[in-house]
Amino acid sequence: MKNKQIWGRIGQIVLVLLGISFVTFALVMLSPGDPVRQMIAGNEDIVVSQVEIDALRHELGLDKPFIFQYLDWLGRAVQGDFGFSYMVKKPVVEELMQSLPATLILALASTLFMLVFSLPLGIYSAVKRNSVFDYAVRGLTFFGVSIPNFWMGLMLLWIFGLKLGWLPIVGGRVSLETLILPATTLGIVMAAKYTRQVRTTVLEELNQDYVVGARARGMSESYILWREVLPNAMLPLITLLGLSFGNLLGGAAVVEIVFSWPGLGYLAVQSIIYRDFQLVQGIVLWIALMYMVINLVVDISYNRLDPRLRKEGR
Amino acid sequence: MLLKVTDLDISYGSKATVTGANIELKKGEILSIVGESGSGKTTVIRAIMGCLPGNGHVSGGNIIFDGRNLLDNTPQQWREMCGTEISMIFQDSGNMINPIRRIGEQFIDYILTHAPQISRREAYDLAIKMLDDVRMPNPDNVMRSYPFELSGGMRQRVGIALAMTFSPKLLLADEPTSALDVTTQAQIIRQIVDVRDEYNAAVIIVTHNLGVASYMSNKIVVMQNGMVVESGLREEIIGDPQHEYTKELLAAVPVVGGKRYYA
Repeated sequence: MKNKQIWGRIGQIVLVLLGISFVTFALVMLSPGDPVRQMIAGNEDIVVSQVEIDALRHELGLDKPFIFQYLDWLGRAVQGDFGFSYMVKKPVVEELMQSLPATLILALASTLFMLVFSLPLGIYSAVKRNSVFDYAVRGLTFFGVSIPNFWMGLMLLWIFGLKLGWLPIVGGRVSLETLILPATTLGIVMAAKYTRQVRTTVLEELNQDYVVGARARGMSESYILWREVLPNAMLPLITLLGLSFGNLLGGAAVVEIVFSWPGLGYLAVQSIIYRDFQLVQGIVLWIALMYMVINLVVDISYNRLDPRLRKEGR
Repeated sequence: MLLKVTDLDISYGSKATVTGANIELKKGEILSIVGESGSGKTTVIRAIMGCLPGNGHVSGGNIIFDGRNLLDNTPQQWREMCGTEISMIFQDSGNMINPIRRIGEQFIDYILTHAPQISRREAYDLAIKMLDDVRMPNPDNVMRSYPFELSGGMRQRVGIALAMTFSPKLLLADEPTSALDVTTQAQIIRQIVDVRDEYNAAVIIVTHNLGVASYMSNKIVVMQNGMVVESGLREEIIGDPQHEYTKELLAAVPVVGGKRYYA
């Protein structure tokens, strides 16, 4: 991929972000609920008059026409000010940055867990196709992909937190012992999916002509697997891995809620419940940005790894 | 007799693909197997290499090569023999090497697999010499190239260079010219004949082109529906075909300038 193309892609990312910001802004506006009342409702024992509500609405600029509100927001956003969160009484950017490390740690840990299991299992069951091992892996992964995240999370909590008491059931903070269960939950479900993916991809590569060619040249099976098949099989897997990781960086809402893990997914759900729309807007943009940046990185690495694309400058 | 295939039966699962095939070949001879697609010709040479795809297996008969029965080979023995004593070129040899690695790396790895005692440098020099031998221009460049960067004819030359590296006694060629244009076909055919002359190797060439078969071979085997329907010296098959199918094949060769194009 040439530099010019990379700049072109970055330009696209900016355009898409603009579009997404407009659409989310509009959707939040259209959705029921009044952020001003929501803010004030926090202090139920204080009676607030309509005049005060209107004053606050005016102060926040929420009485202006929609398009002006959007342009106001955009003008500040390009300067790095994504507004103020009513819910946590902090600038949106600050709150995002505070939740980001937790999400990043969870994403890395669960991806690592996934890779450690899915790569060896997938490769081995492809090589030993139709063996007992292969059938066992296929059966288990079938269960794995069918289990919902939240159920798996609750079961793990019940077993390791309540019954065995090995791990804390109260989350809300980032530490190694609170990380284990959410990372395992996400990891198991992903590992099931990826084991199947790795198996399919490796099987597909094992049927390629170059494998027949290598056998006809008398290359050893381990050479064929490690030097020929796996490098080819990695190419499609990198794309998938990028998408999954991008997904995780946007926060794994369900799992984060089950374990009260203070990451972006948790924050996103809270901000929606409280109609804290500046914060919702910030999170949505962050998720979109992560997706697109990771996609770009995947495309660039794909180009570096596959000579066919590299040489053609695609 | 270098190769003697007797009553060879090959099945995929329980389905018989080739039945009762007999082939005999001496050193320095070129034998063509002709027949339509699906007649089992490729399957036969794959069996001789011990690399039948999927669930294919030899279900009867013998393959005696250089005094030993190949069907008794262990996987280890197959690996030692393939690429050294018997080697193979394919319809598109470029597809038979890894698309995302340089030709040079793969060539060197191949040489070092069968000759672990030599250095990388020596392996490189040997690869260059082999590419030179098949009249490949700029062998250094070829070594640095990826398969997709070469033309069909050049890829086929790389295939022949790879195949001849260890001076095999038997070269198997699976439709080696079918994917090439006519000019390149002629070059590759001459190349294979040269290789036979130079290394005194026996060659089995699988083709559906009777013109190619009659141009280059000493013997011709005609296959139909998994069975050898006729076999013999080139002159006998071309001059005096006995089987109906052989006659049909001969009649199907296009007429150019008033004469059929297989003499």
